[in-house]
Amino acid sequence: MKPSYELLIIGAGPAGMSAACEAARNGVAVCVIDDQPEPGGQIYRNASRATDKQNQVLGKDYQQGKNLVDDFKSYGGEYYANASVWHVDANNQVGVIKAGKNYFISAKNLVIASGAQERAMPIPGWQLPGVMYAGAGQILFKGSGIVPTGELVLAGTGPLLLLLASQYLHAGVKIKAILDTTPKGRIVKSLDKLFSGVQGYEYLIKGASLLRHIKAAKVPYYKHVEGLCAVGVERVEKVSFASATKAGRKVANISLDVDTLLLHQGIIPNTRLARAAQCETTWDAQQSCWIVATNEYGLCRQNTYVVGDAARVMGAVASRIQGRLCGLHVAQSLTKVDSHSWQVWHKDLLKKLRKENAIRPFLDAVYQPADAYLIPQQDDVIVCRCEEVTLSDIQDAVRLGCQGPNQVKSYTRCGMGPCQGTQCSNTLSHIVAKQSNMPMAQVGELRVRSPLSPITLGQIADL
Amino acid sequence: MFKVLDDNHEFDTQISFDGKDHLVPSNITVAAAALLIGVKSIRETPVTGAKRMPLCMMGVCYECLMKIDGVGNQRSCQTLVRQGMVIERQIGATEVEAEYYEA
Repeated sequence: MKPSYELLIIGAGPAGMSAACEAARNGVAVCVIDDQPEPGGQIYRNASRATDKQNQVLGKDYQQGKNLVDDFKSYGGEYYANASVWHVDANNQVGVIKAGKNYFISAKNLVIASGAQERAMPIPGWQLPGVMYAGAGQILFKGSGIVPTGELVLAGTGPLLLLLASQYLHAGVKIKAILDTTPKGRIVKSLDKLFSGVQGYEYLIKGASLLRHIKAAKVPYYKHVEGLCAVGVERVEKVSFASATKAGRKVANISLDVDTLLLHQGIIPNTRLARAAQCETTWDAQQSCWIVATNEYGLCRQNTYVVGDAARVMGAVASRIQGRLCGLHVAQSLTKVDSHSWQVWHKDLLKKLRKENAIRPFLDAVYQPADAYLIPQQDDVIVCRCEEVTLSDIQDAVRLGCQGPNQVKSYTRCGMGPCQGTQCSNTLSHIVAKQSNMPMAQVGELRVRSPLSPITLGQIADL
Repeated sequence: MFKVLDDNHEFDTQISFDGKDHLVPSNITVAAAALLIGVKSIRETPVTGAKRMPLCMMGVCYECLMKIDGVGNQRSCQTLVRQGMVIERQIGATEVEAEYYEA
């Protein structure tokens, strides 16, 4: 790696790869660093090397990733896999560990395309072996070709849960039950947003076909699931919950034996790198997460961009378009694109991006997580999995006068473990907001500090 | 509780897991190998000693920390298996192995 680049891109998912291809095509000297062994991000993980069986199960949207990964592999710039970023700051200085060596890079233009992560789902017993995120189930199949056997239950809300269920069925994996936690009346309440989303009708057709597939396979489907608990001693043994019948009658105390429980409450932007770079974040009540303030090119401030799901959840197709817009914008700012081409190309991409994003408000409204799955409902539920801090530990600290999540962290160690709050930060802020009756925007979130990923003292000393 | 879906996968990579040898497919992660072998847990927490398994499989949750080839605190979901790799469960906090130099 060189000490400086015209354009440094962090992340080789749909947005990062697209930005790299577009910028390099226009003559920008680009370097891409990514922490995975292969380009593709999570959505196109392993896309260029997938077996026929994987392609067949994962479907057309996944296969479309292969073209982009192949383009990226010959894009002409530099690319470093297995490289983890441990430092980013407001001056576009980036610290990277690759094969045990430490590099400090100065980026004239910095693009952060760090993607999304699963939203935490702090239910009783979610720390037990046998409980994983639904996204983890999909990653295991994409990357390693493995699927669950035994008693499998999927629980939560959002398109990914239905997609995974459909993919598992295609793969011949038996699903014992799907527990849908989407609250009652959500679709009716969201209909006003559907009108402006008609341009995205293809997504609705896809969603309907997923539901049809699941129904045809006769997988038991429990609606409006409440009070979800994972029960077990050394690993998950049962899942218990309440549900509603077709007639709307509530059925309490349902219990199912389970070997693997896959949870999902939607995905949220992974804003850690953006925040480390001092990019501004705002609370988005509709998506129930922090989003990064950018314009449509992903620009946060001069020479610093955050694109794709890393800024706000927009999906793979929109991320590819925004990545291209961003790459083009960088090239234009370096005067490598003539003004006529810029006008024509960027307007075309903007139009496509807006069309792609049209359905989002509807999806966000339908699949907004219920409050009961954002804030634990029982005192002893673990919020911070690393330091094993419970709901009541946090509530006690707030009662004693801790002002905001950062003080609670100092007092309880919530968010101080190896994951540095990636799993508990939002839950912690929700709990503080509710207890002190303050809006999320005012409560804020845990601060981000370097090192952003594990680094040895020897590696720091090497600098 | 996990299996390889595709019958064409060869189990050609030998790894040692907590002292026992296993054959697993190449190009899979250590965390995936642990699930495939069917281990009950990959680590015990430093706080209460509770048993844990991987959660996110994408490198953000740090639930999958293991001792790999003698080095602790490695994210097993970000590490591919290699022929002859020695993998151990991580019990409690990892120890720092420091070298001391005379000034």
